[in-house]
Amino acid sequence: MSTSQAIETASLVVPTDSPHLPPRKHVLDLDDFSSEEILAVIESAKGMAEVLGRDIKKVPTLRGRVVVTLFYESSTRTRISFEEAGKVLSADVINMTASASSVEKGESLLNTGLTLQAMGVDVIVVRHAYSGAPYLLAQQLDRVGIINAGDGIHAHPTQALLDLYTVQDKLGSISGLKVVIVGDVLHSRVARSNIWGFSKMGAKVVICGPATLLPLDLLHRNGGDALPEELASIEVVTDLDLAIQDADVVMALRLQSERQDAGFLPSLREYIRRWQVTDERLAKAKPGALVMHPGPMNEGIEISSSIAHGGNSVIEEQVTNGVAIRMALLYQLCTGPK
Amino acid sequence: MTAYKRDRFKHAMTRKTTSERQIMSQDDIRRALARVAHEILERNRGAQELVLVGIYTRGVLLANRLAANIGQFEGSEVPVGALDINLYRDDLQERSRPVLRPTNIPVAINDKRVVLVDDVLYTGRTIRAAMDALNDFGRPKQVQLAILLDRGHRELPIRADYVGQNIPTATDEVVKVRMEETDGVDRVTIVRSDDFKDSR
Repeated sequence: MSTSQAIETASLVVPTDSPHLPPRKHVLDLDDFSSEEILAVIESAKGMAEVLGRDIKKVPTLRGRVVVTLFYESSTRTRISFEEAGKVLSADVINMTASASSVEKGESLLNTGLTLQAMGVDVIVVRHAYSGAPYLLAQQLDRVGIINAGDGIHAHPTQALLDLYTVQDKLGSISGLKVVIVGDVLHSRVARSNIWGFSKMGAKVVICGPATLLPLDLLHRNGGDALPEELASIEVVTDLDLAIQDADVVMALRLQSERQDAGFLPSLREYIRRWQVTDERLAKAKPGALVMHPGPMNEGIEISSSIAHGGNSVIEEQVTNGVAIRMALLYQLCTGPK
Repeated sequence: MTAYKRDRFKHAMTRKTTSERQIMSQDDIRRALARVAHEILERNRGAQELVLVGIYTRGVLLANRLAANIGQFEGSEVPVGALDINLYRDDLQERSRPVLRPTNIPVAINDKRVVLVDDVLYTGRTIRAAMDALNDFGRPKQVQLAILLDRGHRELPIRADYVGQNIPTATDEVVKVRMEETDGVDRVTIVRSDDFKDSR
């Protein structure tokens, strides 16, 4: 029966469940995503990743949809990956930067949004220096989907989703992992969204950094009663050598030097000595632990060069996966019954 | 009418109009797939240049089984691919969206004879989308269509080359294909219900 054996290897494995992407109008943060929805988005992103691996990276899915990227803050990877995601799905993507538009003449965020809505735009991808700016647009515009591409120090949900996707892809599942987020948590929207995402998926999140750069509500909480139930298991450890022990994932955050004028740190050298992710420190984590960074990196400050480009680093995969995740979200927002 | 009473009323209405009857048993399905495998081999004079491409989810399972049959009858291995056609649908605004699955075409399909495989042929829109999707992977010499069940009501000029069974249906009926791998049993039924929410 050699033939039947050969045939068995040719059979494709088919997933037995058939989950659906729930309807969704806006992506503002991960707090209103269920773990099932996060998984559905990650699964769909895997389908999108297959499209990105083709010779001809183009599918007709969002033909005739218009996506505007509205960026009030500078960005490389987020804006480019949204643009690529939209274009691979055949949406028309229009890039708008605040510095080269009527925003320069003093047009408000709301009026800019209303103008775009009047032009029949389907989705606005917005990045803004003020926390809550995307929420304002989502509240005031009724015919446009809003995706938050980073607002102030509040949230960066698409970054968190691509981080979750990367971990799930590399380690198989997220539940039960120890995830250490180290650095300037206070100013990090990436950290805030990742705290939601990893907690919802059942990971153990440990926050680490200088006490001056940790949010007060995490630092001084009494029995976790100030936090929502899903976040109650978060641990805060200021000593990185302790925090990193047996970690499955180590995520270094960018030290936001533009926000350090208020004297959060005695000196950069002290920060580097105590909180840089180095080879010696990583040796204390689990073997094969993933090193992540949302970018852009300050190599030699929050992360050493050898780690950033070493065997444990998945920083480039994060960028690749970002396109697939954003495709999945655009697909989710732009299709389905209205 | 209170909300409670309205729900009770709706519940009663739904129950009254639901009925399910079997149209293919496990043996029917096995025999149909054996015949279709023979027909594929006959029409193509063997298994050379053949590629079976199943449409997610149950089309892939059927393609696997057809490939196993062909292997048994002919002693040659036929490549099996899996196609997700959701990105190519023309009715994306109307229906709920299943989670995407990665398309996996394991061989180059240029100048091959591709047999698309799906469980139910209905409006033909899925097959149109599948042909578009296939186009993005190459230019097959020929594309054929194998279907477990043809239930009529085409909205496009599409027909199947190989049919497991023809079943006349009404548009308000739902054909449910269950398969061992996903549902624990091989069985095809027709469900008649005004309230059936499945989009298929």
